[in-house]
Amino acid sequence: MNTLTKSEAPISSTQQPRPVLEVVEVTIRYGEKPAINKVSLSIPQHRITAIIGPSGCGKSTLLRAFNRMNDFIPNVKMEGQILYMGSDIYVREVDPVEVRRRIGMVFQKPNPFPKSIFQNVAWGPSINGFTRNLEARVEQSLRRAALWEEVNDRLHESALALSGGQQQRLCIARALAMEPDVILMDEPCSALDPVSTARIEDLMFELKERYTIVIVTHNMQQAARVSNLTAFLENGSLVEFGETDQVFTRPRNKRTEEYVTGRFG
Amino acid sequence: MPQASTAKSLQAGASTRKYRTREELIRFVLFLCAFLSVLTTLSIIAILAWEAYSFFREVGVFDFLAGTRWTPLLEPRSFGVLPLVAGTLQIVVGASLIAIPVGLASAIYLAEFASSQVRRVLKPVLEILAGIPTVVYGYFALTFVTPLIAGIFPSTQIFNAASASIVVGIMVLPMTASLCDDALRAVPESLRQGAFALGATQFEVTLRVVLPAALSGVMASFVLAASRAIGETMAVTLAAGATPRMTLDPLQSIQTMTAYIVQVSLGDTPVGTVEYQTIFAVAALLFTITLGMNIIAQRVLARFREVYE
Repeated sequence: MNTLTKSEAPISSTQQPRPVLEVVEVTIRYGEKPAINKVSLSIPQHRITAIIGPSGCGKSTLLRAFNRMNDFIPNVKMEGQILYMGSDIYVREVDPVEVRRRIGMVFQKPNPFPKSIFQNVAWGPSINGFTRNLEARVEQSLRRAALWEEVNDRLHESALALSGGQQQRLCIARALAMEPDVILMDEPCSALDPVSTARIEDLMFELKERYTIVIVTHNMQQAARVSNLTAFLENGSLVEFGETDQVFTRPRNKRTEEYVTGRFG
Repeated sequence: MPQASTAKSLQAGASTRKYRTREELIRFVLFLCAFLSVLTTLSIIAILAWEAYSFFREVGVFDFLAGTRWTPLLEPRSFGVLPLVAGTLQIVVGASLIAIPVGLASAIYLAEFASSQVRRVLKPVLEILAGIPTVVYGYFALTFVTPLIAGIFPSTQIFNAASASIVVGIMVLPMTASLCDDALRAVPESLRQGAFALGATQFEVTLRVVLPAALSGVMASFVLAASRAIGETMAVTLAAGATPRMTLDPLQSIQTMTAYIVQVSLGDTPVGTVEYQTIFAVAALLFTITLGMNIIAQRVLARFREVYE
């Protein structure tokens, strides 16, 4: 698991902090209609980047392009480039399975497998041939997902018996067990109550020490609370992208200002 | 509108009473139809039970269930049903060996691998296969499968269990595939997405997430397929023969429970004799077995439904 392709990946320019993902002039169409229109932005390492915008603006589509999850949707066409550590993940030689091992994902609705808590976390490592110290890896992942204390006495019970918030943290632990570089979160708190949401937000702060996080959210307060950078999308176009403080307090664009102050969306 | 007038308009008038009567009548007619099918089933069970009871006044239950010789129509008469059960079992096992692996594999292909265009063609074809009259399978066995087997194993008898097993397997295959397909497709898409996002291949997702999640439904489809193979009549009557015998050799002629019932029903066995009543005893046993299996299948399925709710 050294590089995505057989050849060594070229190292891109050394900006600070280093971009992990770079989106270059990306257009994504479902059939004819573009869902994402010529978007360019770069996601820095060990930061939380939030993608916000009204429903249907294409924010989930953009997120799913980062780990090639749009491959499963028929009739999706993409133009432009998405670079991970400088190499294009959409070229023919790249195996999308390898991309997804490095760029993990947490979904809108918790989707634990109907298996035990342990098996859920161990699933990713074990299909990828990692069987040594599996217990240690499961424990570490559950600790990092701030779930260990709550479940360590019932690891072999069904994951479906957990509460919604616990299930979502289990899904985060499941993604962490793959030791990814990047974690994509697609509205991870939209199905959760405020207490569980707060726990996941706290968790994100801890996780950014080790991982690069991209979160899609329709909740502007959440974006303002957790993220370092914010991208505002509208109708598939990137309206504004910058430091979260700046986007929320001194937006450069009129539409951004209207959106973040709650005048539409 | 003033209050008094509103109250008046809410009261039941002549037209209201008329449609109420009509609604009641429709309800009653629908109830009768539903009741009729229940009544029919209950009467069949009652007749089976009654005739079987008459039979068991002549022949001991133990002799019937545990006896290994079935010669009710020949002297010396013997009423041990095990050779018929063994014949049926042989067909069920043989048919399952074909229907279960092939049916499951087809279902996995249809549900997880096939594109929607392929699926749109294949699924209806599978359902057409399920609609072929079973008598056609019977002479397909006799005129095509048996010669094929005899070409490989010269000791094959004209009527044999192998040939019947194969066609019964093919016969229940569409049902197995279709039920397995339903079970696999009932697994929420979100589980597949979750597995793919962990860097799993299509095959790993299918084998290690979808199939285990659908296992109860898949198992239930196997039980139902076996249950259908047990009750299958025409193909085994035509192809498996009429020789009740305890054997494991699939190349020999055997007789199943269903085929025996056909033989006696078509023959000139006098109504009311013990020989004639044997078919009710056999039918009662057959009914008990298939009912038991259907109940098992439903139990298994009920567990499966709990998983996602």
